[in-house]
Amino acid sequence: MSNTTQLLRFITAGSVDDGKSTLIGRLLHDSKSIFEDQFSAISKTSEKRGMAAVDLSLLTDGLQAEREQGITIDVAYRYFATPKRKFIIGDTPGHEQYTRNMVTAASTANLVVILIDARKGVLTQTRRHTYLASLVGVPHVVLAVNKMDMVDYSQARFDEIVAEYKAFAAQLNLHDVHCIPLSALNGDMVVDRGESLDWYKGPALLELLERIEIDHDVNTSDFRFPVQWVCRPQSEEHHDFRGFAGRIEAGEVSVGDEVTILPSGRTTKVKEIVTYDGNLQTAFAPQSVTITLADEIDISRGDMIVKTDHLPPKVEKGFDAMMCWLSESPLDKNRKYLVKHTTRTAKCLFSSIDYRVDVNTLEKHANPTVNMNDIVRVAIKVQQPLVFDSYEIDRATGSFIVIDEATNNTVAAGMIA
Amino acid sequence: MKLVEKNMSAHTLSHLDTLESESIHIMREVAAECKNPALLFSGGKDSIVMLRLAEKAFRPAKFPFPLVHIDTEHNFPEVIACRDKLAADLGERLIVRSLEDSIKRGSIVIKDESKPRNPFQSVTLLETIAEFGFDACMGGARRDEEKARAKERIFSFRDEFGQWDPKNQRPELWDTYNTRVHAGENIRVFPISNWTEMDIWQYIGREKLFIPSIYYAHEREVIRRGGNVIPVSHLVQPKPGEKVEVVSVRFRTVGDMTCTAPVESTASTVEEIIEETAATRITERGATRMDDQTSDASMELRKKEGYF
Repeated sequence: MSNTTQLLRFITAGSVDDGKSTLIGRLLHDSKSIFEDQFSAISKTSEKRGMAAVDLSLLTDGLQAEREQGITIDVAYRYFATPKRKFIIGDTPGHEQYTRNMVTAASTANLVVILIDARKGVLTQTRRHTYLASLVGVPHVVLAVNKMDMVDYSQARFDEIVAEYKAFAAQLNLHDVHCIPLSALNGDMVVDRGESLDWYKGPALLELLERIEIDHDVNTSDFRFPVQWVCRPQSEEHHDFRGFAGRIEAGEVSVGDEVTILPSGRTTKVKEIVTYDGNLQTAFAPQSVTITLADEIDISRGDMIVKTDHLPPKVEKGFDAMMCWLSESPLDKNRKYLVKHTTRTAKCLFSSIDYRVDVNTLEKHANPTVNMNDIVRVAIKVQQPLVFDSYEIDRATGSFIVIDEATNNTVAAGMIA
Repeated sequence: MKLVEKNMSAHTLSHLDTLESESIHIMREVAAECKNPALLFSGGKDSIVMLRLAEKAFRPAKFPFPLVHIDTEHNFPEVIACRDKLAADLGERLIVRSLEDSIKRGSIVIKDESKPRNPFQSVTLLETIAEFGFDACMGGARRDEEKARAKERIFSFRDEFGQWDPKNQRPELWDTYNTRVHAGENIRVFPISNWTEMDIWQYIGREKLFIPSIYYAHEREVIRRGGNVIPVSHLVQPKPGEKVEVVSVRFRTVGDMTCTAPVESTASTVEEIIEETAATRITERGATRMDDQTSDASMELRKKEGYF
């Protein structure tokens, strides 16, 4: 593997019955990413449980509690690499009550693999997973029609499922959908193509994961730089140095560019782009850099630097958003919460809760109470102005979390409308 | 379908640059939001990578936190020497607290000197956290190391007993981290969660990092015990019937001399280690950590007790 391979994050959605863990096990096994000691551990467990063959799904079982109960209770991350790319898999459980886990894992993913059992076709949970992928704005969706061996590798069955799925997906905000017939159990179209699906001419799953284009998964046009930390060495050597450290969340910036500081609205020019490895002429998302400016302007953490001639973000004390409630305690409309958005945290309250989306039917229900796993449309008022974009334009500056000040728990994840 | 062809655009970050930027972002969040953070630094390869990432995050300023090492006093001398040298070269503050202090206080009772001391590190770590009032400790643990770590958040919340509750973790979305704790509680932060052993070696190579000599192949007196190659030291002596051999070995991980086994190797440069890492069929901890081989859930249990 060279130093210039790219990193792709993907998640898998589907239930144990769809063969999700077997699919991940197959990807790891056939791409030679399973180590001998891991393999011998799961062989022993398979034998103990009286299984005839090694159960590859055991590879993704992590904790003692899960192994005892044979369930997956949380998001687990797996790593593997091929000569072409490095991969991070967010493994999410497919159980009904785990919407929050899928939303969590999907929030950082470039791609979601949605698993279907070829015998069962498009189910309620397929719709749910697809809706959540579109809600969280996962850039690429792969529909993996698994267990093709159980339907005699029938092209007609595959076409039927794909037609039904595409009709459903067309109602949602998905930009890039791929459908692959496969058998995780037999290893057809996962890493190797196998011999049973000759009628399918598209890429096998791993080939797709290796080659799909992800450069434009971040917003490349409008420069957004939330200030994270102000670098003031106050040493003799760097007496007057005042740099603004952060990660470029979108777009690019060059030395000499005219920039606006928000929310103050003051303008200046980029003097230097400082990194440990030397100053840069141009930097782009998602690089972490330190920017110095031509004029002395009072800037602190939570401010955002944008390019003056780019599409301006909104600077307002409120917004509408879609939100996934993550906490066991229901939302209390009478309480104040904290919202953390980019590098700014502020008090907030919910001025209205418009509707809840039934993730199975996509129907909207008015005036809901908001419980764990609910997806709701809300209006939020914030104590101080936030600098934001709609989530559709920029995942980084359009997303926020809600924190309960009493428990310090993260209770909701939101996407600005 | 849009597919990547050979040439990546000018605005594509390599996987190492992507991981580096993510880690810098995490460290800066800790520095900006936590009142009194610390960086756990052992002199091992992962924590040496953490130091370089901290330099990238905060230079030209000093680190906005001290380095802290919990010393079992059973560490390899080469590692301790490297720890002191790197801290001095960087001009950063290093706080060392020893298990011996806890033993003197009576908070640790050692029954068998030949047994690994790593399990007791949590006691001294919690005492050190209390002594300095740290609200966040950054560590160099990685998710690819172990099953329990694969399920842990980057910002991992601990109660006042330092306990990790795997079933009650804060959801972690996007790169928006919840750093809030009540007085007395703290968080462990793992900026290199998403790095693998291979990434670490590629980064050591790219950044030309100085690491303890025992990571490179060297001749060492060892004995073979229970499938492991075990280094002979003042703490580990051959039992009757065991034969001392001199073998070319290197360490993939470093912990206590009593529980860290080297692998047989002749790789004497980073490039050769990368080649071996690419070809190896045994996991990093599986090959080298006797403390993880006691049960399938050893790491999970130690984490619940307040271990990293």
